Amino acid sequence: MPKNEQLEKILVIGSGPIIIGQAAEFDYSGTQACHALKEEGYTVVLANSNPATIMTDHTVADKVYMEPLTVEFLSKIIRKERPDAVLPTLGGQTGLNLAVELDKAGILEELQVSLLGSSLEAIQKAEDREKFRTLMQEINEPVPPSDIVTNEEDAVAFIEEIGYPVIVRPAFTLGGTGGGMCDNEAELRHIVKNGLALSPVHQCLIEKSIAGFKELEYEVVRDKKDQAIVVCNMENVDPVGVHTGDAIVVAPSVTLSDREYHLLRSVSLKIIRALEIEGGCNVQLAINPDSFEYYIIEVNPRVSRSSALASKATGYPIAKIAAKIAVGLTLDEIKNPITQTTYACFEPALDYTVVKIPRFPFDKFTTGDRHLGTQMKATGEIMAIGRNFQEALLKGIRSMEIGDGDYYLPSLPEADQLDLINRMKHPDDERVFVIAELFRRGMTMEEVHAGTQIDYFFLRKMHHIIELEQDLEKQPFHQDILLQVKQYGFSDKQIARIWKSTEEEIYRFRMNESIKPVYKMVDTCAGTFESTANYFYSTYETENESEVTAKEKVLVLGSGPIRIGQGIEFDYATVHSVLAIKEMGYEAIIMNNNPETVSTDFTISDKLYFEPLALEDVMHVVDLEKPVGVIVQFGGQTAINLAAGLEKRGVNILGTGLEAIDRAEDRNKFEQLLEEQHLIRPQGKTVGDNNEVLAVAKEIGFPVLVRPSYVIGGSQMEIVYDEEELTNYLKKVPTINPDKPLLIDEYITGIEVDLDAISDGETTFVPGIMEHIERAGVHSGDSIAVYPPQRLSETVKEECLVATDKIAKALNVVGLINIQFIIHGEKVYVIEVNPRSSRTIPFLSKVTGVTMANIATKCILGETLQEKGYQTEILKEEENVYVKLPVFSFEKLRSVDTTLGPEMKSTGEAIGYDTTLEKALYKGLTASGLAIPFEGSVLFTVADKDKAETYHLAKRFDELGFQLYATEGTARYFAEKGLPITAVGKIGSGDQNVLSLIKQGKVQFVINTLTSGKQPRSDGFRIRREAVEHGIISLTNLDTVEAILNVIDSTTLRAQPMMDKGVFQS
Amino acid sequence: MTKRKLVLEDGTTFIGTAFGSNQNTQGEVICNTGMSGYQEMMTNPSYFGKIAVMTYPTIGAYGVNRDDFESIMPTLNGMIVKEACAEPSNFRSEETIAAYMEKYNIPGISGIDTRKLTRHIRKKGSMRARIADEAEDVSDKSFSSLQTDEEMIQTASIAKPYIVPGRGMRIVLIDLGMSQSILHELTERGCHITVVPYDYANEAIQAYKPDGILLSNGPGNPKEARQTIQAVQTLLGKYPIFGIGLGHQIMALAYGAKTKNLHMGNYGVNFPVKSMQTDRTWITTQSRSYYVDENSITGTGLEITHRSLNDHTIEGLSHIKDNAFAVQFHPQGAPGSNESNELFDQFIKNMESYAAQNGGHTHA
Repeated sequence: MPKNEQLEKILVIGSGPIIIGQAAEFDYSGTQACHALKEEGYTVVLANSNPATIMTDHTVADKVYMEPLTVEFLSKIIRKERPDAVLPTLGGQTGLNLAVELDKAGILEELQVSLLGSSLEAIQKAEDREKFRTLMQEINEPVPPSDIVTNEEDAVAFIEEIGYPVIVRPAFTLGGTGGGMCDNEAELRHIVKNGLALSPVHQCLIEKSIAGFKELEYEVVRDKKDQAIVVCNMENVDPVGVHTGDAIVVAPSVTLSDREYHLLRSVSLKIIRALEIEGGCNVQLAINPDSFEYYIIEVNPRVSRSSALASKATGYPIAKIAAKIAVGLTLDEIKNPITQTTYACFEPALDYTVVKIPRFPFDKFTTGDRHLGTQMKATGEIMAIGRNFQEALLKGIRSMEIGDGDYYLPSLPEADQLDLINRMKHPDDERVFVIAELFRRGMTMEEVHAGTQIDYFFLRKMHHIIELEQDLEKQPFHQDILLQVKQYGFSDKQIARIWKSTEEEIYRFRMNESIKPVYKMVDTCAGTFESTANYFYSTYETENESEVTAKEKVLVLGSGPIRIGQGIEFDYATVHSVLAIKEMGYEAIIMNNNPETVSTDFTISDKLYFEPLALEDVMHVVDLEKPVGVIVQFGGQTAINLAAGLEKRGVNILGTGLEAIDRAEDRNKFEQLLEEQHLIRPQGKTVGDNNEVLAVAKEIGFPVLVRPSYVIGGSQMEIVYDEEELTNYLKKVPTINPDKPLLIDEYITGIEVDLDAISDGETTFVPGIMEHIERAGVHSGDSIAVYPPQRLSETVKEECLVATDKIAKALNVVGLINIQFIIHGEKVYVIEVNPRSSRTIPFLSKVTGVTMANIATKCILGETLQEKGYQTEILKEEENVYVKLPVFSFEKLRSVDTTLGPEMKSTGEAIGYDTTLEKALYKGLTASGLAIPFEGSVLFTVADKDKAETYHLAKRFDELGFQLYATEGTARYFAEKGLPITAVGKIGSGDQNVLSLIKQGKVQFVINTLTSGKQPRSDGFRIRREAVEHGIISLTNLDTVEAILNVIDSTTLRAQPMMDKGVFQS
Repeated sequence: MTKRKLVLEDGTTFIGTAFGSNQNTQGEVICNTGMSGYQEMMTNPSYFGKIAVMTYPTIGAYGVNRDDFESIMPTLNGMIVKEACAEPSNFRSEETIAAYMEKYNIPGISGIDTRKLTRHIRKKGSMRARIADEAEDVSDKSFSSLQTDEEMIQTASIAKPYIVPGRGMRIVLIDLGMSQSILHELTERGCHITVVPYDYANEAIQAYKPDGILLSNGPGNPKEARQTIQAVQTLLGKYPIFGIGLGHQIMALAYGAKTKNLHMGNYGVNFPVKSMQTDRTWITTQSRSYYVDENSITGTGLEITHRSLNDHTIEGLSHIKDNAFAVQFHPQGAPGSNESNELFDQFIKNMESYAAQNGGHTHA
């Protein structure tokens, strides 16, 4: 059927800032969708407030609105653009919710805008719990039985119908407080009684427990002719109980017989047909491991994280096909983009095993609750492909960048057995390693199965890896066993550990024995059709399918899984680098392991190697392809960390050399560099001995900034104000030694400035400078950045440029460089230099129109800035004001302190822009998910050192008509100065205390600056967490407060009495 | 672990490890792309005499159960896999695939680069092969199949007729190597089924006074099923006919059409087939090395009802006047989806309308 000719202009809704549960996968699907729609000749208007994405590039859509994703702003866009249709199903949950809200607002009907993909009815049927259950009843498909009870007897009666075990969930308690699993009546009565008491509405939901069932997902696609297919099914290694986003997943399913597979396939197709979705849909199911009993868990009537994974796992681009279906094309007329000879109407046949492993943020949030459950906690994921499960699992483990890539955590051999058993039974992010350790200690498969309910298939494969380790140990440097373990995915590091050797030595031995991988193609059809796909993975077999061309090649290393501190921004730069390499006439080859991203879309590069970003894996590709060089500067710390090893093995690193990285990261060399260039930095020292720390800190003078050397995103960096805090800090960081020293710096309160530049070694061009709203001390990734800077003098800007030029030349930078300054008065301190792509590249590229990664890549490949018309200067500033705001996922991460500091905590970013800073901030804050209250109450609870400063802010709140609350000390201080304020008790005191105020929703803002100290149970911590969990804006930085006050002030009309001038007194 | 070798007709050799029986074997190598369904495949008589290379690398993960057989015993000559799972996991699993194959004397070879082999066959076309001990000199060995095509059908079929009773439509099912799921589909629809051998005389068939005749799937080159073709020719127009797989090819041949060899057979569960009438596509199960030549149907009265979406070859035919239809794929699934099993309903309807037209009696 031909495409819909009634449509001309389509509005695509993106998914907005990255949060846990809604990440880069929607950049991938959104970008694909926009390309697909443009390919069909439609005009594409895109709305997305996330500036870090590829999809918001002007090349992806015809018009890009980086406006807040709210009904208010989307309505403005719709009125202005008058699209014929809206496509919301590629923008995650955000897109779907907006579709529903836009419909409610009536604008779609008013302007005759149609909805593509899923109907509103379908969205509601899938999203609304009751409607979903009704639909499942209508089509005779089972959902876990559940009921709402208000007393114990009803609960007992209900169990007589459905049987044990059940889960009890008290209604409206946060994070499911008071709920639990019951196996018998005594437990049931106990938990229900408690639950009813805890529930503000005295209700409990009782649901049949299907924990321990196998969890499966089917990715289905349907078109308007009602043709429907399953692109891929996936089986979770972790059974029901762990959120699928947090589970290790294998594709295709392995433990289902054909009958079970097709039973669930038919159900999935039945559901997508019942919902009449035109596009993609994700169906999550659970099946009893001991029978054919199954339940539908959830249906997502849109593309999802799983569909991105399925697309990469099969080579079948679901989002692209879904977009074409949305405009009326059908599966039987859309060509299979991989084979180019067959059609999209088929079900891919895989001849490999895919494993997905989630990446968690607990290396950053060391105090966070690591237990896995129904709330997703992973920030990213990796995918690995192998010809057996073990190979895929081990390649996956070395892609995670946890530890050193071995299937082994050095902390575990020392762990107590009972502790390990407990961690096995109550899954956390490291369970797969815990299981390995328990197998090493001789625990049986049966015991591990009893504790985890993980299917024996997977346990046996994990156990097999441990058996192979034992075989390996018996036969040191024997080539047969070496080949065997390589076929099962062992890394050289894992082998080196067992053979008590080094990675380097294993690699050399292996090369001598010619034990090298071959590359196989991902072609959707298991080799049965001719295919020219450019998508490969490695395995140890006999036929290599990756044909090396005669063209000159450049290899770009991607940035791996998304984690805090290394987000989608690096994928953005990677993609632009790849495109620039192609423009230059080279063959662009990319290596990456992240299934969510645009860079691993095989249409982006000339060749895609979906591989771990580990030294041996990169070397194998280099050995085969023999590129002119490797570009590491766009792939974040992941790629940078590989540079030294690559260079050591004779690989040409293109662009900025390794020495520059070392001189920027090594504190002593960095100091020397600045001295040579006559640049200043806050006074600081490197300390390699615990005993010297205090003396040095005192010498510099408190407060000081402390952090271990060589860290990403400021992890474990803190400002400590006194000796006690320093002692506490030292307890939390790894032991200091001369190899891993501690850095201690003077803490300067000034304006923090971020600058990105391109250099070719001669010329240094600065597209723009960004000024942070928050004073130095908050991680640059968590600060609000403003472009162009509002508080910097021309002299200061010029000094920043000069400093950048000096540093770039001294370091021989060819490519990108990011420098952070602190401006104190007119003094320009250099605090950090990163001779590589940074987090701000996409933002700055978009607001200045300079495609930085593209130009930098061309410099790397030999072009000069001068011949492109750039000079050593700062680009003339824009007239509009642009702000970049951090977005956090604190609601998803319990026990994580929300206070902002030198350690990065945000998961994503949003943009706001307009003619004034206040307007831009308003939009940016809205886009970041904060609904700014323009009236209401503010609760203050601040540290003594901040009271004077806070007073001025409190006064402004008062003037704007807000009511003020404060804890006793703060209240007294404000009251003495004449502010009307209500004092509230500390935690645990009386009826009205800080926590009850928050719980009852009596305040709209909480401003809290208690000292961190990272003791999770401190009062300040509880106040901040309570605010987050009640959706109340919690601010820990006074500069952010002031910025928000300015926004409120600029949009609020105050009630103000006329001033009594005292003139006409009678 | 015994080393074995796989030698293709063109001399290409792969070294692997033995599993299942240790006998030597030979046969045509076909590539099956199903990611599950090995038990059904191994026992589907359409695979009679074949050596199947499984493109999905881990085979046997859910073991072999007592339920999912498509015939009494496996019919293929050999299995080629990347990995034969020695420790299956599924609540219905009774034994490993290796133990099952050993029991029925079926040799297997594992640990070879099955993707390389598949690509080789895709490029060079279908060919025969031999699985033998590593030491065996195969240079003088013939690669011809162990049986002729007719012998294959004979072995895959049955010796004597039997009845599967029901109270509905009376069907004569000519067993050319039937997969059991066809019977399932018919019994679910209440049919009374008389299963007869491939060479059953047409008079004997007519003596049952059936409401319709079903030609089953089966192995081998359809042209060699001469007796069946002749029998079917005498039945055309007299009874509603439904052909599946080999039965489809035999019906076409009975009408005077011709069949040809595919460059590479279609074996698996993901083949898209488009209905000319509904313009909709089904994902189908197939096991075929032959197809009905489109040019040859001119003047036969046959119409094309279904086509392969991949290569546009004929996947379904019907003869309106004679109330006969046939499909190249397996609407019974198993392995694979049964989303096209409405064709069995179609067959029932055809018989009902035929009966109505003929005053309640379908026989001439």
